Amino acid sequence: MELTLTVNGRKVAVDVPTDMLLVDLLRERLGLTGTHVGCDTSQCGACVVHADGVSVKSCTMLAVAAQGSQVTSIEGISGAGGRNSLHPMQQAFHENHGLQCGFCTPGMIMSSIDFANRNAAPTEAEVRHWLEGNMCRCTGYQNIVASILAGTAAMHATGSVEAA
Amino acid sequence: MGNITGIGAAILRKEDKRFITGRGNYVADVKLPGMTYAVFIRSPHAHARLLGIDASAALDMPGVVAVLTGADLKADGVGGIPCGWGITGKDGLPMKEPPHPAMAHGKVRHVGDAVALVVAESVDLARLAADAVVVEYDVLPAVVGVIDALMPGAPAVFEDIPDNLCCDWEIGDRAATDAAFASAAHVAKINLVNNRLIGNPMEPRAAVAQYESSTGRTTLWSTSQFPHVVKLLMGNFVLGIPQHKLRVIAPDVGGGFGVKQFHYAEEAVITWAARRLDVPVKWVSERSEGFVSDAQGRDHVTEAEMALDETGKFLGLRVSTVANMGGYLSTFGPNIPTNLYGPLLAGVYTTPAIYCEVKVVFTNTVPVDAYRGAGRPEATFVLERLVDVAAAQLGMDRVAIRRHNMIPTAAYPYQTPVMMEYDSGDPTGCLDRALALSDWDGFAARRAEAATRGRYRGIGLATYVEACGLAPSRIAGRLGARGGLYESATVRVHATGDVTVLIGTHCHGQGHETTFAQIVSEKLGIPADKIEVVFGDTDKVQFGMGTYGSRSLSVGGSALAKSVDKVILKGRKIAAHLLEAGEPDIEFADGKFSVAGTDRSLKFEEICLAAYIPHNYPLEVLEPGLEEQSFYDPVNFTFPGGAHVAEVEIEADTGTVHLLSYVAVDDIGTVINPMIVAGQLHGGIVQGAGQALCETAVYDDSSGQLLSGSFMDYAMPRADIMPNMKIVTHSTRCTHNDLGVKGCGEVGTIGSPATVMSAVVDALSPLGITHVDMPASPNRIWRAIKAARVAQAAE
Repeated sequence: MELTLTVNGRKVAVDVPTDMLLVDLLRERLGLTGTHVGCDTSQCGACVVHADGVSVKSCTMLAVAAQGSQVTSIEGISGAGGRNSLHPMQQAFHENHGLQCGFCTPGMIMSSIDFANRNAAPTEAEVRHWLEGNMCRCTGYQNIVASILAGTAAMHATGSVEAA
Repeated sequence: MGNITGIGAAILRKEDKRFITGRGNYVADVKLPGMTYAVFIRSPHAHARLLGIDASAALDMPGVVAVLTGADLKADGVGGIPCGWGITGKDGLPMKEPPHPAMAHGKVRHVGDAVALVVAESVDLARLAADAVVVEYDVLPAVVGVIDALMPGAPAVFEDIPDNLCCDWEIGDRAATDAAFASAAHVAKINLVNNRLIGNPMEPRAAVAQYESSTGRTTLWSTSQFPHVVKLLMGNFVLGIPQHKLRVIAPDVGGGFGVKQFHYAEEAVITWAARRLDVPVKWVSERSEGFVSDAQGRDHVTEAEMALDETGKFLGLRVSTVANMGGYLSTFGPNIPTNLYGPLLAGVYTTPAIYCEVKVVFTNTVPVDAYRGAGRPEATFVLERLVDVAAAQLGMDRVAIRRHNMIPTAAYPYQTPVMMEYDSGDPTGCLDRALALSDWDGFAARRAEAATRGRYRGIGLATYVEACGLAPSRIAGRLGARGGLYESATVRVHATGDVTVLIGTHCHGQGHETTFAQIVSEKLGIPADKIEVVFGDTDKVQFGMGTYGSRSLSVGGSALAKSVDKVILKGRKIAAHLLEAGEPDIEFADGKFSVAGTDRSLKFEEICLAAYIPHNYPLEVLEPGLEEQSFYDPVNFTFPGGAHVAEVEIEADTGTVHLLSYVAVDDIGTVINPMIVAGQLHGGIVQGAGQALCETAVYDDSSGQLLSGSFMDYAMPRADIMPNMKIVTHSTRCTHNDLGVKGCGEVGTIGSPATVMSAVVDALSPLGITHVDMPASPNRIWRAIKAARVAQAAE
């Protein structure tokens, strides 16, 4: 079916099968391989992107369900502060050693940005609870939690928060 | 020194940017023109005769390229998957080594055993076609548990190995140990299970292969921790591809933990299919597929006993373990519960007599091999649980009994009765700091306070020693290794003074691009951003054994350090010529070659330029260029060690365990980047805590079905499993490598299961409980509490 949507600020018109998953549209059709697939039961969160500003698991959403939506993937969040500039949440993951192998990282960052949009001053416990849907096998989560706390503060300090 | 990117600096990682912007390049991201997609058809039965495969309907479907089976492999003369270690039994005979076909023929031996490969123009078409392939099985009785496998009359996984015994292995002095028990005042005993785990790196395994008929070259992209070893094993033993015609690329790999350090059948099948069909073929494992095809970890059943004198001094240790190999021997399988287990049972104690026997057993389960820690967490768990049990039995304090038996720091180097000679360590120093940081002495008040809230509170500790830095080739060869275990590194200095490092280790999250750059930065006095670290491509990197066994820094880093030293040595010769001084008078420091006692000097970059533009250069005695290579074979293992303390609270009504604090004090030798080290410790500790609290692979005993076959059923640690950990390094230098490094990748996972379970059992000790098996799930703990209360009421 004919699908029109906006991906990372760019208008996209594609003909897709109705059973195509959003993650396959991004990875296979649009070449946006930053969004990863780490499981087949919607548990791991490596595939998290934003649809209209809200985090979704792109392995569990049909591409056609994104008709007319604004979809943002990990490739679409940097550069707001100029070429090569990182999003505050990306910067926070870098500065707090919030990633090791990097496979869960795009989903972690996209999920964290949604969290930051909803929470101005979260506690560590709230961050840990939010991450129920994002698995990491490398970091033991400690530095991811630190990254999200720092990134959330930076987003609110720099006004890069979006109303959900 | 003024070097802000050298050894010891917590610099941010050089590799981060591509990952945080979604520009990593994983195998699943590889796309080639004309690529086809493959799906494996896997056995739904744990044990069955393969009667026939009818692919005719599938082959009629549009877009289907081929359906290939084990019979096709056999017809093409494809060899079986080789095992990398051959161990020797008590009887002096080699282990039983049955064939391991890349796809089953004749019989399937575990759920998930591959029986056919469907290749089609898309993954969806391949999946549809796979459903249309009819595989006929004659289902046989299956055996799952190691004790059952050794029972008379148990189903035989291999017909010619009727007792399912791969090897009956031993280490230590049995007679001396028996004598120690005969003279003991006390004997403490424990029976325990080390539960099977599934490693689950977040990136599923994947392989892409391409054959170029015009050049005869084959390229395999694989999610591998050791691409050069895959090239050697697959090229030489399985597919017969000459080494110079085969390239293996392991690009960005999303976590390994051992799971990706084996030569897997899928790599060989995909490569064979690409060559046979002359089209690029891609396979990406689904997670549920990985649950039944990634090699799994642990799975021991153990009886252990400790002989003690009247003061609580350890006199002897006797351990009998049965270890599960699953349905086939994986690359390192037989090495893990033997050579990486028995020699670790001395721990950090002076126990004079140790004897350990291990029966290595086949079952109808997924093959078992190394998983982060690999043998050493199992050894630590046995020893430390036994020490706790002994302390309770003798009425001794758990700290006091450990201090009473610890190897004094002054006694290093220390020869244990089970092969290892520890070069350095400070176990009491680690213990002291762990106790202080955890406020061990203030625990009684915390326990009393928790009791007022109806909770059982416990504190636990464990010490450990690890043998890593795998490995001295000569020793490994004696133990059954079929390869060398050195590492290689090339330092390519460009004319501008920028440096490219080509190293045979593989990074899949450990931060090598940063850590190795820091070593070069330190030695050459140039900033880390002028250094690029390249790995994971056999066409670029000379050779390498890859990354496992916490070896990258101590073996690979040592090779790198040697190469940098050679660069400096050559630089001194060039500088001596240019500065018209004798070579012995040339000093190198802070990136400058100087004539001692003068103000004459040349910058490193000036020497590099002279090496590549040799107009004024001693060409008669020195080659131009500046590139050096080293192969480093370690003289001994390295021995990290440490002491960990954990504190838990248990809800009496639900059995839920809350892990409240965790302190780790580790001796890992020289620290190159403390930020990266802390990250390795965090991840390792949570993997061990996962085993202790939630993770376990569950097979149905009668059918051999994996019941915990997805993230719905296999409880991976989530972010709320524990609070922030306190990580402290308390290092003594390794004495046999120049950097003084030991390794830190596995220490967390080695120390934490025993530590967490010590705390859990301590919490339950008022109920008379002295041991519970892992994982300490709410169900298991609730049942233990209930049983203990019934028993107490009956008294």
